[in-house]
Amino acid sequence: MKVVVPVKQVAALDDEFELPSDGADVDPADLEWELNEWDAFSLQAALDLRDGAGGDGEVVAITVGDEDADEAVLNALARGADRAIRIWDDGLRDADALAVARVLAAAVDREQPDLVLCGVQSSDAVNSATGVALAGFLGLAHVAVAKGIVHDGGRLTVERELEGGLVEQLAVALPALLTIQTGINEPGYATLRQIKQARDKPLAVTSLADLGLDVEAVAAAAGSRRRGLAMPAQGQQAEILDGSPADVAARILEIVGEQVR
Amino acid sequence: MMGGTLVVAETRQGAVRDISFELIGAAGQIKQQVGGPLVVAIIDPDPAAHAAALACDGVDEVLAVTSPTAGFEAHIAQRALEALIASERPRLVLAAHSIDALGFAPATAAAAGLGFATDVIEVSWEDGGPVVRRGAYGGKLVAECDFPAKQCTLLLLRPATFAPAGPGAGDAPVRDVDVALDDAAQTTHLGYQEPQADGVDIATADVLLSIGRGVEDQDDVERFGSLAERMGATLSASRPLVDAGWLPAARQVGQSGQTVKPRVYLALGISGAVQHLAGMRTAETIVAVNTDPEAPIFGVAHYGAVMDLFELADELERALG
Repeated sequence: MKVVVPVKQVAALDDEFELPSDGADVDPADLEWELNEWDAFSLQAALDLRDGAGGDGEVVAITVGDEDADEAVLNALARGADRAIRIWDDGLRDADALAVARVLAAAVDREQPDLVLCGVQSSDAVNSATGVALAGFLGLAHVAVAKGIVHDGGRLTVERELEGGLVEQLAVALPALLTIQTGINEPGYATLRQIKQARDKPLAVTSLADLGLDVEAVAAAAGSRRRGLAMPAQGQQAEILDGSPADVAARILEIVGEQVR
Repeated sequence: MMGGTLVVAETRQGAVRDISFELIGAAGQIKQQVGGPLVVAIIDPDPAAHAAALACDGVDEVLAVTSPTAGFEAHIAQRALEALIASERPRLVLAAHSIDALGFAPATAAAAGLGFATDVIEVSWEDGGPVVRRGAYGGKLVAECDFPAKQCTLLLLRPATFAPAGPGAGDAPVRDVDVALDDAAQTTHLGYQEPQADGVDIATADVLLSIGRGVEDQDDVERFGSLAERMGATLSASRPLVDAGWLPAARQVGQSGQTVKPRVYLALGISGAVQHLAGMRTAETIVAVNTDPEAPIFGVAHYGAVMDLFELADELERALG
């Protein structure tokens, strides 16, 4: 089985960041980068399906990002992906979920995989949209928020997680795209040796032109434009409990006592 | 219909979900600025059964699309929505930021070239088009987005955020819309699996002591379990601890777990992802303890302390004797 796994290097804001007064974007120095949490699970699901099918398949990790995003695909290679593709153009810096999905669609179309596994969402943008939008561009069958997969011939039985702990079991024929929820498996860690070996695996750096795209075509597919950033409105200002840990503990027991009396 | 707003109602297991009325309420708020009618579409095996309930205050027409499957199927919903957008040509489409809608709406937006945003918490209308607010950087910031050059924009609104529409007279006309859906389904429903109760019901507890990622070791879970017991609280958790298998799913608070409304919700080491907040923001009193002063949990808390949860646990244990 050939599985393509789109992954993302996500940005986490430091504990102490400042939003510039123009609200355009945060200072890159206030960001820490890491592989999106959901993508560790989608990648592991792909590796399990490849290995379960006798190991003669292939797992291809794809990312849209600048050279700093090499870390995401190298991470995927170290964990066991067979090869990786990184797509970049400076015009993609503000790309939204649909624009990224449009770029991924061109790359996935060339690969013609049996299955595409995406994370349900990324921890920074939290659109929960890129995977299903990618299926929309490709015309692929899709199932969102999978928390269990069983492969049986040309078909998958999938557990789809709904609100409130309800689970739907359904079947989908390949080729298909699934978005993968955390907790579906236990993602493995890469050993130091695997991290070294990852650098010897194929990593293709690809431009939009290589994929028959240009910045204008991607911009036309975008769904929205970000005008600015702001601090969240404070619904209610939390009363800060300060003092020593003992003071805070005493106050918390008091609050519980008052409310439950 | 030209222009106006199309609301996509949501049903599950034979009932209209609350978010449907919140979508109609949000559409009603900006109906004058958008112009045109407010139309509610229902895609369901028995749409007539729900049409009257959806004819809320401000609704001009209910569009009934009969689905060939007994329950939700993403590709049927996708084709039905694409057909409705093509025939009704709405300016604005509102659907739920729910697991069902996230299973087809992004594909519709991609295929039909729509303006699109998910997890929207505010909608306004400026210069003839929608402007929305949604989270950014994991909910620590809010982004404002618009949709230049888009004829039609599809927005998925966050549940329990917009005021629901009033019931209304229920006399808006219902129009059957015929969409060829017989060959649309690409998945086969096999069954539902109801959540397991596991002998604990966190939804009815008065006090919840809830732990999150700040608990970094499975061996510490038991300690917080006994601390909860001594405080007269029930132990609950955020998703990562349940994913890791440290606690059963019945103890999970959040969108995919339980929605809780205790008198006191004590959140220890929980940063407050959107999906978690969805399950606990209606608690009467929320006390949050986290080492990150910018953690989104403080945005919904009544009391907050920037502190390590183990230091606090030491002192709580000491105070309880």
